[in-house]
Parts: sequence; structure tokens; C-alpha cells
Amino acid sequence: MKRLLVAMTVLLPFAAFALTGEEVMKKSQASFLYPGKDFKARVVMKLIARDGQERVREMTMLRKNMGEVGGEQKYFMYFFQPADVKDMSFMTYKYPARDDDRWLFIPAINMVKRIAAQDKRSSFVGSDFTYEDVSGRDIEDDGHAIEREEKLAGTDCFVVKSTPRAADADFAHKLTWVGKESFLPLKEEQYDRKGAPYKLFTAEEIREIKGFPTVVRRVMKNLQTGHRTEVSYLKADYNLGIEDSLFSERFLRQAPRKWVD
Amino acid sequence: MRRLAPGLRGMALGILSCGAAGPVAADVTLAGFLQQNTAFNTAGANPDGRNHKWLEERAQLRLDGSTGAWRFMAKGDVAHDHLGRGSRSELREGYVDYTEVGWDVRAGRQVLTWGLGDIVFLNDVWPKDYEALFAGRPLEYLKRGIDAVKFGVYPAFASFELVLAPSFRASRVPDAGRFHLFDPMPGLVDRRTVEPDQGEAGLRIYRDMAGYDVALYLYRGFQRTPSMRPDRMTAPARITLFHPKLAVYGASASGRAGEGVVSLELAYYDSRRDRSGTDFTVPNSQTRFLAGYQWQPWEEGSLGLQYYVEYMHDHGAYRAALPAGLPMEKRRADTFTVRATQLFLHQTLRLSLYAAHNAGNRDRFINPELRYAISDRVWVALGANFFGGRRTGQFGQLARDDNVYLQTRYEF
Repeated sequence: MKRLLVAMTVLLPFAAFALTGEEVMKKSQASFLYPGKDFKARVVMKLIARDGQERVREMTMLRKNMGEVGGEQKYFMYFFQPADVKDMSFMTYKYPARDDDRWLFIPAINMVKRIAAQDKRSSFVGSDFTYEDVSGRDIEDDGHAIEREEKLAGTDCFVVKSTPRAADADFAHKLTWVGKESFLPLKEEQYDRKGAPYKLFTAEEIREIKGFPTVVRRVMKNLQTGHRTEVSYLKADYNLGIEDSLFSERFLRQAPRKWVD
Repeated sequence: MRRLAPGLRGMALGILSCGAAGPVAADVTLAGFLQQNTAFNTAGANPDGRNHKWLEERAQLRLDGSTGAWRFMAKGDVAHDHLGRGSRSELREGYVDYTEVGWDVRAGRQVLTWGLGDIVFLNDVWPKDYEALFAGRPLEYLKRGIDAVKFGVYPAFASFELVLAPSFRASRVPDAGRFHLFDPMPGLVDRRTVEPDQGEAGLRIYRDMAGYDVALYLYRGFQRTPSMRPDRMTAPARITLFHPKLAVYGASASGRAGEGVVSLELAYYDSRRDRSGTDFTVPNSQTRFLAGYQWQPWEEGSLGLQYYVEYMHDHGAYRAALPAGLPMEKRRADTFTVRATQLFLHQTLRLSLYAAHNAGNRDRFINPELRYAISDRVWVALGANFFGGRRTGQFGQLARDDNVYLQTRYEF
């Protein structure tokens, strides 16, 4: 028994070392998109054109995990800005390995509409982030391989190359720098089909909230157009006890003040 | 200001009572917009000789506040019309909400939208403004608010929405001075309108069933657009416009199918005033059915197709009772619609097209629109309304009312 323990202790660092690309990305998904039972943040998105013109999208984002990591999630978003989408609400039931269900509340005519949308390439509210960049991409959709390990601004990282199995993604392949300690994606380079750099994601600020390291400032830049989107999470918090009932037509029509401040 | 004033008084009272209710101050926000809206004719002058369908400046103020379980909202417009209507004000919406865990209530003027149709209406029995739709006004003006109390109850097995309106509110039909409306008795100018002296009620029950949003609808009230009745058939002297009694029973379902979302909706229109179908002045009982499909064939693009049918139940009785010389409606009317939308420039530029075609009477309506958000506060929309078909059809009668419109809005 003692010998076994010694063997395990000796092997442990090697076990960590022996993570596969897929395991790194699964851990990254867990710490980036699934921490806590639920999550809430006031999100400010700045869409900045090459010439400096700025547009602001501001919303409250609520997320609840319905099962384990990698499983079903529900998202609720309520828009404050710009003025022409004020009071608009948006709800997504996100399922692993199948298309999401989405609903939109249009306050101008007080109507709830179920909508079909492509996740893979559609821009999220006109930003440089796709829906997948915001709420995640199925791990199984790509092949993952650890390219190398290196320091990024002093932090030890795995550099994982992900290549989509189908041709429906927004990128041909991408490199992700995943922090070895936090498992957060700290940088991501997306490449187009010609192999040219296409989009660059950087985690600009990480803060620990209720024990969960959280990317509270991030940037996605389109290297080909020069357009970029800066995102700040204000008032981010976890494990607030968001009820299942929030994710319903009732509250889509009338977002509860308790959750959308 | 006459109509806005009571609403504003109510808002002030609401704020005062919220302040008195406890130490928690009401969280109040004020917003609004300034808007210019022009629609000019492209197929000739109006019946009144003018060349615009719409020419107006408008300002909207919106006050919103909440404290505890209470919330209030009031939206009021003042507008100046250059085509003879002058300056007017209107309370668009104004209500108070009270919300508890398992139920809520909304009292006041409110906009209601039921059903799944895209500019086809089955269970959406609530008041509309067709003049706004045809005169190139922004989409929100298609709906008119209704003064009602709405109760919501949300037990686990289904959600219930009960609407009680003490008085009836009609849909607004296009003005005969601005649009070339089909009139079977154009010589008769002695006309009076009789509004129903009773209220109306609606109930919607909805829930999820195997991933589909399923709803049932019940409505008891009146036809939203008026019917015409002459005082006598031979040499009539006067026409009465009235709203026949109506009940509607319907259902809908929508959910994912393949790459898109499928919508199915059914409604039975029970013409309570004329169940035998022998009164030609009252719409016959009808069944309406809608099948729709929406998907995203490519990035930033969306396509929606609808098939919509109206089926008249007592066509034989209607045909027998219809006086000679009046246009006869078909037993069945099939309509196909398409909506295509494409977004550009980080979703700040939207190109859209809506087209409807009635296979029976070749009625058609085409609405292309280009909308651009110049900044987060200013947007402009340039579009057109084109109509065609038989002289007596819903759109065909408007064949000389084609127009191009421009909407400019500054939001604050």
C-alpha cells in the first residue's frame, strides 16, 4: 500500500503532464463556461471600427448549468443599450451536440418569437464574437492536439491546436493558450482557410470571484478588417440561486428587476 | 394633449403612491425619441388630392419605474401631421404591473400580440393599425394598445393569461382620404359607426410539450374591423358601420424542425352574429390555418416562408344571400408569404423584403426596406409599399396607393 502511494505521488506530476489536447480543452471549457451553479454579469461590449467609431451594446447575462460540466445550460440576456433594443430579451437553451433553442422578445410589438439561427458563424449582436465564442463550441466538433507548452506573459500555458472536423466553423484551425493553473483561455488565434491569421482573442483581466478565476475583460479582434470588440463584465457573480423558472416566456416578456439590474 | 393628460395624471399618482409605499425609492428612467416620417406616393395622388400617405414629426416620452413588486410604464406620443390632421397626442401604453411568485397582473393600456403569424393574423385578435402598416410607419405602430386588465397565473403544468377589457377597441383602417379603398356604395355619404357597448375577453394557455411551444387561445368579443349595413337594399339612404359579435378558438405550436423553426397555427372564427351565414353584411364563420418555416441559410441571413389559408364555412348560404352586383369572396383563400432578411456592417445595416401573394384573387403586397443605424442613437429606414390584385381585394384595392417611405429616428 505504502509503495503504491509513493508510486502515485511520483507519478502525479507526470499525470498532469500527460493531459491530452482534448482533456485540456475540456478543463478549459469547465473553467471558462461552466464555473459555479449559475452566473450573472452586466456585460458592456464596445464594437470599435478601424477608424475608431464606437458602438456600445450593454446587457445583463444570466447563465445556469442544468447538469454537469459539458451538459445543458440556459442563458438569459436582457438588453439596456442601444436604445432601439432596450428591453429586448433573449433566451437560449444550450444542448451539447445538438442545436440550441432560442427565443427573442420584441418589446415594440410585445411578441415572443422562437428563432432559428446558425451558431457556428453568426455574429453575437454584431460584435466580433460569434455565438460560439460566447457560449462555447462542442469539444467533439474539433480535433485537439497540444502543440507545445510555453509561458505567456509569465503564465505557464498549454498551446492547443484545434481543427474542426466539419467545414462549417468560422475558422480553419485555431491555437489556444490555456493557463496551466486556471485552465482559462488566455489567448486564441484563429486562422482562415488560406492559413492567414483571422481573429485574435485575448483575456485582458482575470479576477477571482467566489473562488472562480473569471475573465472580466476580453478582446476579440478581426485581424483582417481591423474591427475589434472589447468586453467588460461588471458585477460578475456566481451561485446566486437563479431559479429555473426565470428561463421562461413569462420572464422573457417581463424581465425581473431582481435579476437584470 | 386631451388624451395624454389622464395617463400622465395616472403616472404621477403611481409615482406618489410608490414613494409612499415604503422607504425604497422608485427606480425611474426616462427615455424617448424624436422622429420624422415621410411616405410619398409613387402611383398617383390620394383621393383627397395630396401626394403623401404620411408626413409627420413625432416625439415620444417613455417613463418606466419600479419598486418592490410594482412596476409602471407609460409611453406617450405627441405628433404633428402635415396632411390635415394637425397636432395630436396619444397614450401608446400606460400600465401598472404587480408581480408575485406564481402570478401577476397588468392593468392599463397595453399592447398584446398572440399567435405566430408574420403580418397574417389568426389568434392575434387584438387591435391593429392597418393604416400604419400601409403608410410606411415603423413596425411598432402596427399594434394599438388596449385598455385591459391581464392576469397571469403560472402553475407548473401550464401558464395562463386572462385578458379582460371593459370596452372594445377597433382596429384602425386606412383613411379613405389617403387610400383608394373599395367601397360598394360610394354615393352614400350618410354613415354612422356603432361601437359595441360591451367589453371583450381572451384567454391564452401555453406550455412546453416535447420541446414545442404549444398554446391554446379563446376569445370572445367582436370583429376588429367594421362591417357595413345599408338601412334598406333598394335605394338605401344610410349606412351603419358596426362590429359583429365574434368568438375565436385556436391553437398553435412552434419548435425546431431540421435547421429551422416550424410554426403551425389554427383558429376557428365563430361568427356569433350570423351562425347560419345568411347575412351577407357579416363575415361568415371561418377556419384559418397557418404553416410557417424560418431558417438561416447563410451567415447573417434569414428566410421565413408562410402558407396561410382562410376557409369560409357557409359559402352556399353566403352566395345565396349576396345581392347581385356585390363582389363575391371565394370559399377558400390561399396566401403565400416570404420574408428575407440580411444583415451587414456588424448588424447595423439591415436589408429586408416581405412579400405576400394570394393565389385566389392575385392580391399582393411587397415591402422592401433598408434600415441603417448611423450611430447608437440615430437610425434611418428607407422602404416601399407596393400593392396589387383585384379591385376588391385587401391589397388589390390599394393598387394606386404604392408609396416610398423614409423614417428617421433619434433616440435618447
